[in-house]
Amino acid sequence: MSNPAIPLNDAPSQLRDLVVIGAGPAGMAAALAAQRRGLDVLLLDEQPQVGGQIYRSITQTDAQRERILGADYVYGKSLADQVRASGLTHWAGASVWQIDPDKTVHVLRNDRTTRIETKSLVIATGAMERPFPVPGWTLPGVMTAGAGQILLKNAAVVPQVPVVLAGCGPLLYLLAAQYLRAGVEIRAVLDTSAGTDWRLAIRHASSLLAGWGYVRKGLGLLREIKSAGIPFFKDVGGLRIEGEDAVRQVRFTSAGHSQQIDCELVLLHQGVVPNTQVSWSLRAEHHWDDEQLCWLPVLDSWGQTSLPGIYIAGDGAGIGGALVAEMQGALAGIGVANSLGFGTSEDGAQQRAQIAQHLRIRPFLNQQYRPKDEFRIPADEVVVCRCEEVTAGAIREQVQLGCVGPNQTKSFSRCGMGPCQGRQCGLTVTEIIAKEANLPPQEVGYYRIRPPLKSLSLAQLAAGV
Amino acid sequence: MVALVNPASGSSDVLVIGGGLQGLSSAFQLAKAGLRVRLIEAEYCGRHASGVNAGGVRTLGRHVAEIPLALAAREQLWHRLADIIGSDGGFVPSGQLQVAENEADEIKAKARVAMLNGLGFFHEQWVDQQQVRELVPSISPHVVGGIWADRDGYALPYKVATAYRLAAEKLGVQIVEQAPVLQVDHQAGMWQASTAQGAFHAPWLVNTAGAWAADFAAQVGDPVPMVAGGLMLMVTQRVAPFVKPVLGAMGRPLSFKQFDNGTVLIGGGLRCEADASQRHAMVDLNRMPKSAQTVIDLFPHLRDVSIARAWTGIEGFMPDEIPVISPSASADNLVHAFGFSAHGFELSPMTGCIVAELVTKGTSSLPISAFRVDRFAAA
Amino acid sequence: MASKALFKYLPGHQAGAAGTVSVLVNGAVVRMSPASSLAAGLLAAGITAVRVSPVGQGARAPYCMMGVCFECMVDVNGRPNQQACLITPEDGMEVTTMQAAPSVLDAQEAKHV
Repeated sequence: MSNPAIPLNDAPSQLRDLVVIGAGPAGMAAALAAQRRGLDVLLLDEQPQVGGQIYRSITQTDAQRERILGADYVYGKSLADQVRASGLTHWAGASVWQIDPDKTVHVLRNDRTTRIETKSLVIATGAMERPFPVPGWTLPGVMTAGAGQILLKNAAVVPQVPVVLAGCGPLLYLLAAQYLRAGVEIRAVLDTSAGTDWRLAIRHASSLLAGWGYVRKGLGLLREIKSAGIPFFKDVGGLRIEGEDAVRQVRFTSAGHSQQIDCELVLLHQGVVPNTQVSWSLRAEHHWDDEQLCWLPVLDSWGQTSLPGIYIAGDGAGIGGALVAEMQGALAGIGVANSLGFGTSEDGAQQRAQIAQHLRIRPFLNQQYRPKDEFRIPADEVVVCRCEEVTAGAIREQVQLGCVGPNQTKSFSRCGMGPCQGRQCGLTVTEIIAKEANLPPQEVGYYRIRPPLKSLSLAQLAAGV
Repeated sequence: MVALVNPASGSSDVLVIGGGLQGLSSAFQLAKAGLRVRLIEAEYCGRHASGVNAGGVRTLGRHVAEIPLALAAREQLWHRLADIIGSDGGFVPSGQLQVAENEADEIKAKARVAMLNGLGFFHEQWVDQQQVRELVPSISPHVVGGIWADRDGYALPYKVATAYRLAAEKLGVQIVEQAPVLQVDHQAGMWQASTAQGAFHAPWLVNTAGAWAADFAAQVGDPVPMVAGGLMLMVTQRVAPFVKPVLGAMGRPLSFKQFDNGTVLIGGGLRCEADASQRHAMVDLNRMPKSAQTVIDLFPHLRDVSIARAWTGIEGFMPDEIPVISPSASADNLVHAFGFSAHGFELSPMTGCIVAELVTKGTSSLPISAFRVDRFAAA
Repeated sequence: MASKALFKYLPGHQAGAAGTVSVLVNGAVVRMSPASSLAAGLLAAGITAVRVSPVGQGARAPYCMMGVCFECMVDVNGRPNQQACLITPEDGMEVTTMQAAPSVLDAQEAKHV
């Protein structure tokens, strides 16, 4: 008894050489590199335009935003232009809800489900903000710094009220500088990094020198912020966001002294981490990286995962930034072309050397902006699963009852079962269990990720292929 | 009374293979009978079929041979679970309704009820269209009636498994996890179960290894044609309450219930690929459109509700779709209880009692001849 | 449920400028740009909290703006649980903020936060 109003789905498309999921710098570069070597490529993204998050809305921006956002953002135009000029098949508004072991990609687009068969896959779904669980982080008026940047890029929207920026890492300072250029009032910057440990900096001296371009940029941002006279609090701890139905104030300590600031808008940021939802759903091998404090997919020198024919490029492979993402994308595209016998004998050495050069700054950044333990493994009262409102204390209790992994705690507490399916709590839960059970995170593992990867309604599924 | 086992001594009366609900309830009942029990589980207790099923406490719609067990489980155990294991496992006696959507369904349903009545079973009642609307006001008007079992309901599988586990441990059951059994042998009156963590010994062996039980059955000389398969379920995002009873449909596979938290669980015989040796089954949502369509047909307003997640676990399926619950036909001091073919949840508390009886007395007070392990052998 | 707007458009981009669409939010007309997301349009119009958590009943608002957090779920044209940050506003689109777990029995009856 089917409902005639549900449209029939597209017939399965022809077998592609390559499907690229994600149209940020890595995805665009991978698609271009493969297409230029003769492959039949399909580029998918759930957003309406290419650009990913780092170059969000790059095809629809204007001079005012370009001036505020800066040259690094404007650079993304060149990639978007190349994609348009190349005639690449790009499906916008396409959300991937399942990927089969044989690489068939299931997509929802314009309310219809479609199945795409392909010989190889590049997953370029990028990064997401590291969870920042503090008391009050679910209140209206709390967002991520990345969200602030997206509002600016995507909608030319900026804070209208004084904003508190809290956390650490280059993106936070970049946003502060951008907001200054846009005339936004920054109430304060609360820097949660532990402060520069110069002995550690010296240990990374060579990487500092190698990555001096990045460092100089960062110092320039800090100069911009400090010369604007914004209250800048160092060594922030004990951060609490307070209010009834909305943010009213933040409390914290800075270098040991208690502080309180009235505010209505707080943007949080303590780094970005690979978005591993797709790679985990495929059961690709991951390993826990103690320096980056996150899961990294295990990849070969072309970016191929433990699953043949499936590659990951960009921040989803490990945080490296937009330029590295582009280079990794190109490398993966070449790797795919090689593997499918498209006659290239490129060995990728040049791309790898460039990538390595750009990654030399990372150990320093990882050390300098290492998120504090209290903001990754919070106190009992703090909600770690936003969707189901499960606290850190509840997880610890379950560990005491014998749960040694996130899938068991999920069965008990619904933690990770809400709409976001563990994206906002996964890292936190792994680390809480690891600490409480005295096990390495590698052994604790991560949530078992199942389809649908993105929302799918019963009607959409019922009409399914 | 109960001799508490010193783990170092490794001395047990019974080894139970498999920490699903059949194994856990067996271990519990055996310990209650005064025996020293060690349970060996390959991953963690409740990992597969027991932890991922739809949680239906259902006597409705069963194979006739299962009905006495199902009714006994419901009346003696499910409705008194808290007294027995210290937790009600989230049991809600919501009733179960199997809807008839057309005249053919209605004829079939009434014939079944008549047949059951003839056998002395009255737990399934025909209810007409009006009565169905009273039970489930929001159901589609095309439903013409159904079969209703008012004392059935649902529970939370993982909660029940954990409660049985804790109750068993309180009685001294030793549970070893992350220890897949590689081999079972019988020598000089002792059963030996070999694992990577070492070998365990006891005079009695209970095979409740779920999807992996047929391997052990074959090892001991009781081959059965069981197939390991995956079974899928999906759950929606939360919706405001709209249905109390658990629902099934006469004419097509469906298992459907709404939890207190508003999420709706949808299942119904949804098989998927499983790799038993890798202990992994693959969710394939593309096998679920019919279930989704069934739900929309019965509740048109659910069409735009999102599916939050689908999942699966590995279960053992028998060709005649009823389990094996019997002593071994070829070896001494061994009891089998497996192959529940995706409907063992409701039976599991009683399975434990039957297993304990078979071990301690050699007989079962409930009729289990239909579940003999050797019923597939050539006559 | 418009509260004080936490966000505003940069000069030259205000709602109501040429190229905007009219979206009905809880019955009231809100002008938005079709070049940016529904979530951005709501925030700039002073609609911050867009739903109530079905667990603790606390107000929730968009958090990540990139489809990862699922906080920005609203009812769009009768469909519940749509992520506003992934939706492009269209003329005549009907958006309802979600009071509780969506009622499937009467989609029209969705209450306003």
